[in-house]
Amino acid sequence: MKKMKLVLVGNGMAGVRAVEELIKLAPELYDITVFGSEPHPNYNRILLSPVLAGEQTVEQIILNSWEWYAENDITLHAGKTVTEVDRVKRIVRATGADGSVTEAPYDRLLLCTGSNPFILPVPGKDLKGVIAYRDIADTNTMIETAKTHRHAVVVGGGLLGLEAANGLMRRGMSVTVVHVNAWLMERQLDDIAGGLLRKSLEERGLSFMLQAQTQELVGDAEGRVKAVRFSDGSEVAADLVVMAVGIRPNTALAESMRLHCHRGIVVNDTMQTVTDARIYSVGECAAHRGVAYGLVAPLFEQAKVAANHLAQFGIGRYQGSLTSTKLKVTGIDLFSAGNFMGGEGCEEIVMSDPFGGVYKKLVIKDEKLVGACLYGDTVDGSWYFKLLRDGRSVSDIRERLMFGESSVGDTGHEGHNSAATMPDEAEVCGCNGVNKGTICKAIRDKGLFTLDEVRKHTKASASCGSCTGLVEQILMFTAGGDYSATPKKKAVCGCTDASHGEVREAIRSQKYLSHAEVYAGLGWRTPNGCASCRPAVNYYLISTWPKQAKDDPQSRFINERSHANIQKDGTYSVIPRMWGGHTTPDELRRIADAADKYKIPTVKVTGGQRIDLLGVKKEDLAAVWKDIGMPSGFAYAKSLRTVKTCVGSEWCRFGTQDSTQMGKDLERALWAMYSPHKVKLAVSGCPRNCAEAGIKDVGVIGVDSGWEIYVGGNGGIKTEVAHFLVKVKSSEEVMEFAGAFLQLYREEGFYLERTVHYISRVGLDHVKKRVLEDAEGRRALWERLQFALDGEPDPWFESSRASVDQRQFIPIAAIDLPSASATAEPVERADAPAESSVEQPA
Amino acid sequence: MSNEWKPVCRVEDIPVLGARRVARPVGIEVAVFRNSQDQVFALLDRCPHKGGPLSQGIVFGTSVACPLHNWAIGLDDGCARSPDEGCTPRFAVKVIDGIVMLDAAELASHATDLPRPVAGPRSVAHQPDGALGDESFEVQAPHGA
Repeated sequence: MKKMKLVLVGNGMAGVRAVEELIKLAPELYDITVFGSEPHPNYNRILLSPVLAGEQTVEQIILNSWEWYAENDITLHAGKTVTEVDRVKRIVRATGADGSVTEAPYDRLLLCTGSNPFILPVPGKDLKGVIAYRDIADTNTMIETAKTHRHAVVVGGGLLGLEAANGLMRRGMSVTVVHVNAWLMERQLDDIAGGLLRKSLEERGLSFMLQAQTQELVGDAEGRVKAVRFSDGSEVAADLVVMAVGIRPNTALAESMRLHCHRGIVVNDTMQTVTDARIYSVGECAAHRGVAYGLVAPLFEQAKVAANHLAQFGIGRYQGSLTSTKLKVTGIDLFSAGNFMGGEGCEEIVMSDPFGGVYKKLVIKDEKLVGACLYGDTVDGSWYFKLLRDGRSVSDIRERLMFGESSVGDTGHEGHNSAATMPDEAEVCGCNGVNKGTICKAIRDKGLFTLDEVRKHTKASASCGSCTGLVEQILMFTAGGDYSATPKKKAVCGCTDASHGEVREAIRSQKYLSHAEVYAGLGWRTPNGCASCRPAVNYYLISTWPKQAKDDPQSRFINERSHANIQKDGTYSVIPRMWGGHTTPDELRRIADAADKYKIPTVKVTGGQRIDLLGVKKEDLAAVWKDIGMPSGFAYAKSLRTVKTCVGSEWCRFGTQDSTQMGKDLERALWAMYSPHKVKLAVSGCPRNCAEAGIKDVGVIGVDSGWEIYVGGNGGIKTEVAHFLVKVKSSEEVMEFAGAFLQLYREEGFYLERTVHYISRVGLDHVKKRVLEDAEGRRALWERLQFALDGEPDPWFESSRASVDQRQFIPIAAIDLPSASATAEPVERADAPAESSVEQPA
Repeated sequence: MSNEWKPVCRVEDIPVLGARRVARPVGIEVAVFRNSQDQVFALLDRCPHKGGPLSQGIVFGTSVACPLHNWAIGLDDGCARSPDEGCTPRFAVKVIDGIVMLDAAELASHATDLPRPVAGPRSVAHQPDGALGDESFEVQAPHGA
């Protein structure tokens, strides 16, 4: 089939990202030609500031090398500016620096002409030494000028102007920043934070002239600028004047093509221009719903949608973005997002410590966080940004909102929680041994923008996640922003664009009962998913439609498929169930006998109050369980693990309630309950809380008048104290409330969310509404849970009812070779053996 | 040189999107995989990362995710998907009339020297990255001295 022709006008970050996404989706659909005015391959314009400051080189900020274009069969015309587009004949014409003209026909056109820096229309603007700050050429001019000249004036005290001033000062020039407003960065900061910023920068040697109106640039005899004159008549010496007073979408070409423009090339939600459906536009030149974005994250989102549409999938829509900004001046911590100014209908929470150099402002409207401005302490920037994007009610966490929910786990990173102060050699990721320097290098060398990319390339935060908050901070600082997608909109994996919430909802509303239906109904890109989505989809199916949806063992992780924990040498561990941590001499003898008989190397007591046999060969598992004759501990599964107990009123001097019986009752009722992630419970007999119920997913504490129930605790990666939920009188009520909460978590949680993450996402108020205030709904939840668990089989004693494929336990021996293992079966009988006839013990 | 092919099992003995392990007198088992297109692949049952049993992983497309640390290994080439690096030996495999056959010479002598991963009390002396410790591992009774 003949390829269509796609021509890209503009070789910048937005357009090239669209091409990258398009190549991933439909590599054979187009012959691609790119025209770029600058004589460079695509580079990260955001990192020009570190280049100016001497922290990086131009080579390091190239995102797509010359070789990349060649490897992907893209024809690149660098250094050629498109001057004309004939929409009728569909031809693009470009002129090179040498005057030569190049033509390219198109079937689809992608306009990414970016912005032009705004130059103040004052006399003297064309003098030598007056430049804008937009591209590599400008940056090189500044670097060269700093070597030979002394005085620089930067007009514009916004984000870009301050980064320019900082860079020139680092290069040895004496710099004055001129700003027409009363304080710096008024688009991101209020007056107080702006004042703190100015003080900090003055201490470093920058001079400021605020509320100063530039009237004229004065030149010398050779036509070079020598001073800036203001409207009040005063002057400042200047060998170099950098204009950083804003950018305007570059729509000259689009206007000549008679495309509708209004503060940018007007596009719709699929990034097509409203005038001509064959022509798309993304980036700073595009105006979407009245907004032309100047920050990169929205442009990448636009690029993805445009690529989706060009690839003829047609399902992506761009609906606008929320943005955050981070000033890239080393040593200054500044973060801003959303509507930070506040105003009518808004409440502000402010923490101000001028001597300590910290100022934080949070703006709340309609119980949601709508803006954040942080100066001096930006550790929680990504958490606030998440809350902003999620738009969930913050009334349940309002009192501690200002003190942050440090998104950093408790262990594995030497106690650091602020990335800025860490030295390069400090270990950030304790699971995989990745230090800060390695992460920064990968971000710069490989042009990484999102947390997922950092995980893939460095393994940092890819295992337990304790250091995720730190890695996010490093990313924000090195790449210049936070580009990770909001959890609610984040796709499950590379196989689909659907988020976890969308998949759950589709399964519920369309009554999907199998993987095939989900993939077909939601347009999965792969025939059998991947190791990320298969287990998630499997869980969603069986939890939404219990007794109806098919459980697919091949979609379970190994532990749940074999019903045993795999160890690092491929052997497994066996953990029999001990209800409420209780056992009998007879059970202990059976366990000890099995350990001897099967020569099991290690016998260990677990934190869950039971016994673990480690080093069991896979072929021996079924026999070990048969000999021990105790039910499965489900220690390997994303399900209920244990209900730990303390001794309680049965024996203890202090016991107020019978915690051991309560624990056993809970454990029996919730046995075999699969959930989005593992669930751990505990019951204590009195407020001394010897069972450590305060760090459990559901913790029950006996008091004189009944039982207190706590939810959402976590004792692992990030120690979380459980939230008090309710106090009830009877043990039946404990079952009903605990069961209802767990069923709510099972029905609404995203796969791999612990209860702490689930509650953090939906808010404790939502949980209280469903479990406490809605009594009928609570009973219905509890009934649904009991229905789902009724008659659930033990995987070791009723394996075929439990969807366990027995063939996995039997290795095949190649015939005619001497048999190596006594348990290997010859070829003729390589099917599943007869099911064990032992009944599941009580 | 003639190839002698050993029948090891039927295609239907391998779960769809799953694997079986073929034991041999010397060397680590060979894992035979079956994907949803009924294609059969054979790799040494040993992940290039830390020696995990690939036969226990989730199979998708023409890849398998190692059950230990989730590296994605290509079933066709035995190599880790970028950006991870490393390959595990491949075995020639044929399917004739629904019977899966492996090359006898390879079963006997291909990749028989690669060590098994070890676990347990004697395996925790610090190893340089990639080393998997001793080949032999004797089972001790739990209460042994």
